[in-house]
Amino acid sequence: MIIAEQKPLKEVADFIKDCNKVLVAGCGGCVTVCLSGGEKETEILASALRIKRRIEGKPLETVTYTATRQCDPEFIEAMESVVRDVDAVISLACGVGPQYLAERYQDKPVYPALNTKFAGGSRTHGVWEEYCGLCGDCILHRTGGICPVIRCPKSILNGPCGGSQNGKCEIGQEVDCVWQLIHDRLKRLGRLDLLKEIAPLKDWSKSRDGGPRRMTREDVMI
Amino acid sequence: MKLTCSKFEQILKSGRLALTAEIGPPKHTSPEGVISNARLLKDCVDAANVTDCQSAVVRMSSMAASLHILQNGLEPIFQVTCRDRNRIAIQSDLLGAYSLGIKNVLCLSGDHQVFGNHPTAKNVYDLDSVQLIQLTRRMRDEKLFFSGEAFKAYEPRFFVGAVANPFADPFEYRVDRLEKKINAGAEFIQTQCIYDMERFYRFMEMCTRRGLHERAYILAGVIPLKNWRAARYIQTKVPGMIVPEDIIRRLKDAEDPKAEGLDICVEQIQYIREQIKGISGFHIMAINWEEAVSGIIRRAGLCRSETPDKEKE
Repeated sequence: MIIAEQKPLKEVADFIKDCNKVLVAGCGGCVTVCLSGGEKETEILASALRIKRRIEGKPLETVTYTATRQCDPEFIEAMESVVRDVDAVISLACGVGPQYLAERYQDKPVYPALNTKFAGGSRTHGVWEEYCGLCGDCILHRTGGICPVIRCPKSILNGPCGGSQNGKCEIGQEVDCVWQLIHDRLKRLGRLDLLKEIAPLKDWSKSRDGGPRRMTREDVMI
Repeated sequence: MKLTCSKFEQILKSGRLALTAEIGPPKHTSPEGVISNARLLKDCVDAANVTDCQSAVVRMSSMAASLHILQNGLEPIFQVTCRDRNRIAIQSDLLGAYSLGIKNVLCLSGDHQVFGNHPTAKNVYDLDSVQLIQLTRRMRDEKLFFSGEAFKAYEPRFFVGAVANPFADPFEYRVDRLEKKINAGAEFIQTQCIYDMERFYRFMEMCTRRGLHERAYILAGVIPLKNWRAARYIQTKVPGMIVPEDIIRRLKDAEDPKAEGLDICVEQIQYIREQIKGISGFHIMAINWEEAVSGIIRRAGLCRSETPDKEKE
């Protein structure tokens, strides 16, 4: 899933300092699961903004609405009645949500309440880690099911580099050397031979370097 | 195989023990320091590595500093890291460097930018060191750009080198990775600086068993230490390094730590020469202490006049 975290309250409050009424819009997708932009977080953010503004002597009115998903035009469409009479919309979705809102509601300012961080999952309760670099050309079959593209800070495809020590990465003791993990796993699987092959240059055109990506599937088009 | 025009390569091919030093370009525009180091080192070493923004600190470009060194009588080994340039920029620099008369290139991943003076920079790592070695060789030998497009003429004929760190983990994979670099086309190898002789001994034993020393020239890296703090710094702050406690103790107990540091360095070179097989030369990295190099070489018995014969085996 997409992992995101809330921006500091002050930053969000600054976006809407001239507004009297805002829509605070949550998302029922990934950000609900990672506890940063679901219904609960939406209500809490709305009330925190109201309290802050009351203390400042400039009360704020808020409307809250949590869409099933903000990355689907039909759920954005369904928000029309609540968007109509607010001064601005604050979106608690990943970076997709504010853009879908801005695209659909051309005259309405839209502000992000989250910083979208990465594609990953939870390690333990309250800890999320990055697992996928969304590079568009998966190589997990060659690396024991462990991704060096995103989990190695240098995206080395023929690792580990000379900075790997005691299973940790040169950039910090809290970061596992993913090439140590790959090595250990391939050893367990009896497939260290995979590391002998020189991994070729990566085709980054399938990643963001090729420009904004679009996927089309004629079989599901209506 | 067809020789490049590198004098450094010719010395290695002749079987003579080769010596290299390291010159770090400055954090400003004056070439004076680089030039004076080149003049200081040109009669005692065969070539000098010119670092590419080492530790991810912004410095004069490795190519420009290499040219200053070349113009002052010392053959440069142009270091190229994968951190800051994509495949287009790297190839462009390879062409440019060769056009200036630079004949040796050393391919590295590069320290992560978190260590340097621009930790919030975006890094590149479009390719890694193994790929860079392979493609630089292919550029030379098959006259192909990294993309596979053919050269019309004047391909860069570099003598291509790589680094090996016997002190990084997983230890058992380090020789495999060196072999991978040699398979990719590395012709000379400079090791990370060696303090843990036992581990280096085991590493070289594995290399010689596989015959890697016969497929590439391996130069042992050493760094003279000025005091125990420098040793502690390398031990704790430089990624992938091992410095045994007894070296730190020797420097702490010494009346003259600098002299002790030089003694340790000379002893290390002598030990490697006498006890460890498969070494084709030494890479003496005395950054900011370049004046120490000639003394180390003389005391270790590595002066040009004293090492005329093949020392390998």
